[in-house]
Amino acid sequence: MKICVLVKEVPDAAVEKRIDPSTGRMDRSGERNLNPYDTHAIEAAMQIREGGAVEVDEIVAVTMGPGTATRALQKAVSLGADRSLHLTDDALAGSDVAATGYALAKALESESPDLVLLGQQSDDGECYTIGAVVADHLKMPSLTQVIKMDVSDSDPPTTPATLTCERQAEYGYDTVQITLPAVISVGDAINEPRYPSLKAIMGAKKKPLQTVAAGDIGIDLSLVGGEGSRVQCGQFHDPPPKSAGQIIEDEDTDETVAQIVAWLDERKLI
Amino acid sequence: MADVLVYVLHYEGAFNKNSLGAVSEGAKQAAATGGECHAVVVGGDDLSDELCQTVGNYGAKKVFRAKGAEGLAQPVIDAMDKVISDHGHSYALFGGGLLGFEIGAGLAARRNAGVTMEVINIKVEDGKLVAERPILQDSKISDSHYRGDLGIIIGRINAFELAPPTAEAAEIVDVDVDYSPWSSQATMVKRGEQRGADVDIEGADILVAGGRGLGKAEGFELAEALAAAFGGNAAVAATRAVVDAGWYPYAAQIGQTGKTVSPKLYLAAGISGAIQHKVGMQSSENIVAVNKDANAPIFEFSDLGIVGDLNKILPKLTAAIKAKKDS
Repeated sequence: MKICVLVKEVPDAAVEKRIDPSTGRMDRSGERNLNPYDTHAIEAAMQIREGGAVEVDEIVAVTMGPGTATRALQKAVSLGADRSLHLTDDALAGSDVAATGYALAKALESESPDLVLLGQQSDDGECYTIGAVVADHLKMPSLTQVIKMDVSDSDPPTTPATLTCERQAEYGYDTVQITLPAVISVGDAINEPRYPSLKAIMGAKKKPLQTVAAGDIGIDLSLVGGEGSRVQCGQFHDPPPKSAGQIIEDEDTDETVAQIVAWLDERKLI
Repeated sequence: MADVLVYVLHYEGAFNKNSLGAVSEGAKQAAATGGECHAVVVGGDDLSDELCQTVGNYGAKKVFRAKGAEGLAQPVIDAMDKVISDHGHSYALFGGGLLGFEIGAGLAARRNAGVTMEVINIKVEDGKLVAERPILQDSKISDSHYRGDLGIIIGRINAFELAPPTAEAAEIVDVDVDYSPWSSQATMVKRGEQRGADVDIEGADILVAGGRGLGKAEGFELAEALAAAFGGNAAVAATRAVVDAGWYPYAAQIGQTGKTVSPKLYLAAGISGAIQHKVGMQSSENIVAVNKDANAPIFEFSDLGIVGDLNKILPKLTAAIKAKKDS
């Protein structure tokens, strides 16, 4: 079985995010970290490999993004991926969610994975949908925000393996059985990602990293980039102003508590 | 003319309130652009004629009904693809929630359409719908303009208000859908399972809500003691993260896949304030937050924010409230 893990480089949570006024796009210049949600997807792939229910031949980290995105791939490899695929092309810049999903699906198509894993959301775009876009292009079923996933070997071995997935949906917890191939986005409750060993960090740069451009994997350029995207987000404005709340920095806790009690009392909440 | 197609989710013979809110919104926007609002439902025998007609109460002229698996995205994508191919809707609208995100995104891929999620408002410009979406932790609003034949709008949960119901019935159109082979690869084994104790938080005037910052399941004892100190109509609520971690029952969960509440006081302990949580509690009358991270988003929408260690603050606050009550 081959598992592809979609990863993304996102701004460090400590860096303030902003819109670049000259381009109207997210200013991603401060980016330097692997999306924390994606580390759960890599861990999930590792646990399938180590679980032994199915034989995992290869775990491949896949990303789309500028040259700097190789750092996210190296991090993914240090966490357990065997090699990585980097889709990078100026023609892809400015792609919206649907166009990005299409381009990623083309990259994945070239790998023919049995299972595609990704984190439930990216830390920057606040978007939960890329997996579902990718899945439909790949003609695979998809499930998002999965918090428990058991893989069972195929019987007879000629049939594909199945996953039993649990997740929270609108009315409680759902349990869904899926025959592979499939695209699964995992929630952060699914596992506790391991820390990479120093050896793995050092070794990551030596693992194979393949770089491909849009033309190499048959991406139709009329469907990607700012021009090919079906959503244009050029205008930004401020939400209605909300009066800022009062902030107390706790230094003397007795004093802080007295202030809270007074505040609550004033509003007749006690 | 811009017809709007709204997906309406149902469970055990009742429609989802957020979906019906989207029907109300769809009817409003269709009227503004000279089109009609239609609904699509996918499921089994509980989608009776009687039930399906009621989407007309919220402004849908027709309801397309397909027999298919419930609670999964792929069959609905197939059904909507078929309905849109046959009728040429200009917009597809979803009321939010997990399935809405999955279906809307998959439909965007299928029909080469633009998709915007977490939409809080829709407006009309030059006869076309423009979706407003908050970004950067809700500090800015981005306008999505659509190109092409279809625009897909996925609302934020609770964004679209339910219009007062009328007596209008929707015309039922049964649709035969050729489901994609990959639709049948997923089967629902168990749906809507409730985990943990059945607690009632929707009627509480005061909610003490706990998040990951409580550190461990036992940390909820601090929240429970504080709620008990308030006495009367106070209860304890929780975030999705701690419910998924098994620290607290699902029935107490606030947010996107949990409950929506608006108590007189919402006291958030160790909750960062992610959007998925915010949508379930932002209309609370008074929001107090205790968090050790001064950059936590919750301080952006709390009325009183305390930056500090909840393990120090909560026990003293509990004692002080008890003392105040006894005085």
